[in-house]
Amino acid sequence: MTVAETSRRSGAFRDRASRWGGLIGRELSTVAITMFGLLLITFLIARVVPIDPVLAVVGDNARPDVYDAARAELGLDKPLWQQFAIYVGKVFTGDLGTSVLTAQKVTDDIKRVFPATLELATLGTLIGVVLGVPLGVLAAVYQGRWPDQLARILGLFGYSIPVFWLGLMGLLLFYAKLGWVGGPGRIGVAWQDFVTPVTGVILLDAAMQGEWDAFWDAFSHLVLPSAVLGLFSLAYISRMARSFMIAELQQQYVIAARVKGMSEFRVIWRHALRNALVPLITVVALSYAQLLEGSVLTETIFAWPGLGRYITNSLLNADMNAVLGGTLVVGAVFIGVNLFSDILGRLVDPRTR
Amino acid sequence: MMHPTPPLSSAMTEQPLLELDNLRVNFHTPTGIVRAVRGLSFTLGRERLGIVGESGSGKSMTGRAILDLIPPPGEVLADRMVYRGQDLLTMDRRSRRKLRGRHISMVMQDPKFSLNPVQTVGSQIAEAYRVHHKASAREAKERSLGMLEAVQIREPARVYDLYPHEVSGGMGQRVMIAMMLIAEPDILIADEPTSALDVTVQLQVLKILDDLVTSRGMGLIFISHDLHLVQSFCDRVIVMYGGKAMETLPAAELADESARARRHPYTLGLLGCLPDLDHPKAKLATLERDPAWLA
Repeated sequence: MTVAETSRRSGAFRDRASRWGGLIGRELSTVAITMFGLLLITFLIARVVPIDPVLAVVGDNARPDVYDAARAELGLDKPLWQQFAIYVGKVFTGDLGTSVLTAQKVTDDIKRVFPATLELATLGTLIGVVLGVPLGVLAAVYQGRWPDQLARILGLFGYSIPVFWLGLMGLLLFYAKLGWVGGPGRIGVAWQDFVTPVTGVILLDAAMQGEWDAFWDAFSHLVLPSAVLGLFSLAYISRMARSFMIAELQQQYVIAARVKGMSEFRVIWRHALRNALVPLITVVALSYAQLLEGSVLTETIFAWPGLGRYITNSLLNADMNAVLGGTLVVGAVFIGVNLFSDILGRLVDPRTR
Repeated sequence: MMHPTPPLSSAMTEQPLLELDNLRVNFHTPTGIVRAVRGLSFTLGRERLGIVGESGSGKSMTGRAILDLIPPPGEVLADRMVYRGQDLLTMDRRSRRKLRGRHISMVMQDPKFSLNPVQTVGSQIAEAYRVHHKASAREAKERSLGMLEAVQIREPARVYDLYPHEVSGGMGQRVMIAMMLIAEPDILIADEPTSALDVTVQLQVLKILDDLVTSRGMGLIFISHDLHLVQSFCDRVIVMYGGKAMETLPAAELADESARARRHPYTLGLLGCLPDLDHPKAKLATLERDPAWLA
């Protein structure tokens, strides 16, 4: 390599670095705009719903002057844009109001329930990806033969069997009859006080505190519900992986790789799969984000104190602060996961950089 | 480190690179058997053999069949298919794969689609080398840079790190040639290697291809529908129609007016369709197609 070439080459790297800088800047501004929209919507919903927050505080029979005082105290007499500014300021300082139902700060409630959902959704998605992607790839490679049929049956099974039925049957078989897994709830009563919540993710807290018995107990409670969610996500991911792979395997570069004499294994898992990953990342991210909203049915069956159940309960009890706080968190999680998948996608696909 | 092709003994020079007798490629579809190639025979030495014909005449399928790359519903049959004394018909798939790239290689039509979009061009070339040679990553990279130089890419080190979408069509096809020749095969199948390129770079790419093939003493199967190109570029030409060879002739005779009488009517038909600036044709002749040719 000559000196000129070396300098030109580092020039190419500088170009790439500045391109990355621009991209990240653009991503962040997109996130900021979306976040602003989300805040605006949750704020407006709170003004539009036919629930008077003042009445909720003072009751139906309050005198007009008491009513007005309460209204002023809640800041509802100020112009709308000021109210919005105050709302945004509060959200950014972590104040989402107080839940009527639990009589606690919504922020604290969410800190408690979100890790439970996070744990479940993450393990469920992990199961879906680790099993679903290879299954989809094999189904594409052996199109029409038994691995494809197996993937189709599993996909149909995961998609069409209601989770509440599957959850109940799972509990009946693996918990009640066989005793292989823990029952409903996140952790056995015996272990409840052994783990001090730090992150709120019990597995993580237990591991950090060296409470391995508690860790395994929590794990045994987590296995079944995440397997139920995992099956659902596996069904979706394997179907998508299959169709992306079929499309890639017909591409010319696959033939070129075979012409070079590459083994079929490398042609499939290195050349074709890396290209199929590009759209697959988005699919996985969306399915993960969906699970992070909380799966009400699964959480109900397994008495899992997660976000889905929290928001649903709050909604049924017209607990507006909790509902809006939950909505905000779900929205923010969606934006975050999308941002992450965008960046990951760009890492995998040089054409989008 | 260089791996020059071993010097050829006179006996080896005489032994043909590839012998093909009665090659047939059939596709079993629900609506019946599609016969893409129906009994093609030829022998390839260290020469440039052109195969011309219309779309669907079986040109590309012939190349794929030699490489054992006919996809599943298709089957390849032949009375004889021998590469340098090795019988390809009785060889197992694994050994056939070892021949690919290392002994028989192929340059495909459009570099836009035949290079993997998510891998740098350099790593794709190096990979082709490492499949067949025990070499360190560094060694493979050095070989690849040398190969990029051999296909007349001026800044190999810069191009090595580019992705396929960052190179032009002409450069992409030179990368493709580098990738397919790095393991030093004896036979190169070039399947319409310049059809996707701008006319201005076509000749440049062909020249590079020709130089490499000639200097390495390789056998070239040049698949094309461009009669002019084949005529000026090849030694011998097979004219294919409907999966069969209509005739095999020295390339020079394609343009030879005095040899017209000896030509197959289909070849004459193809020649009759060539545009000619000095004598513009108001109407192109319809190709004559006699079902008896395919009997």
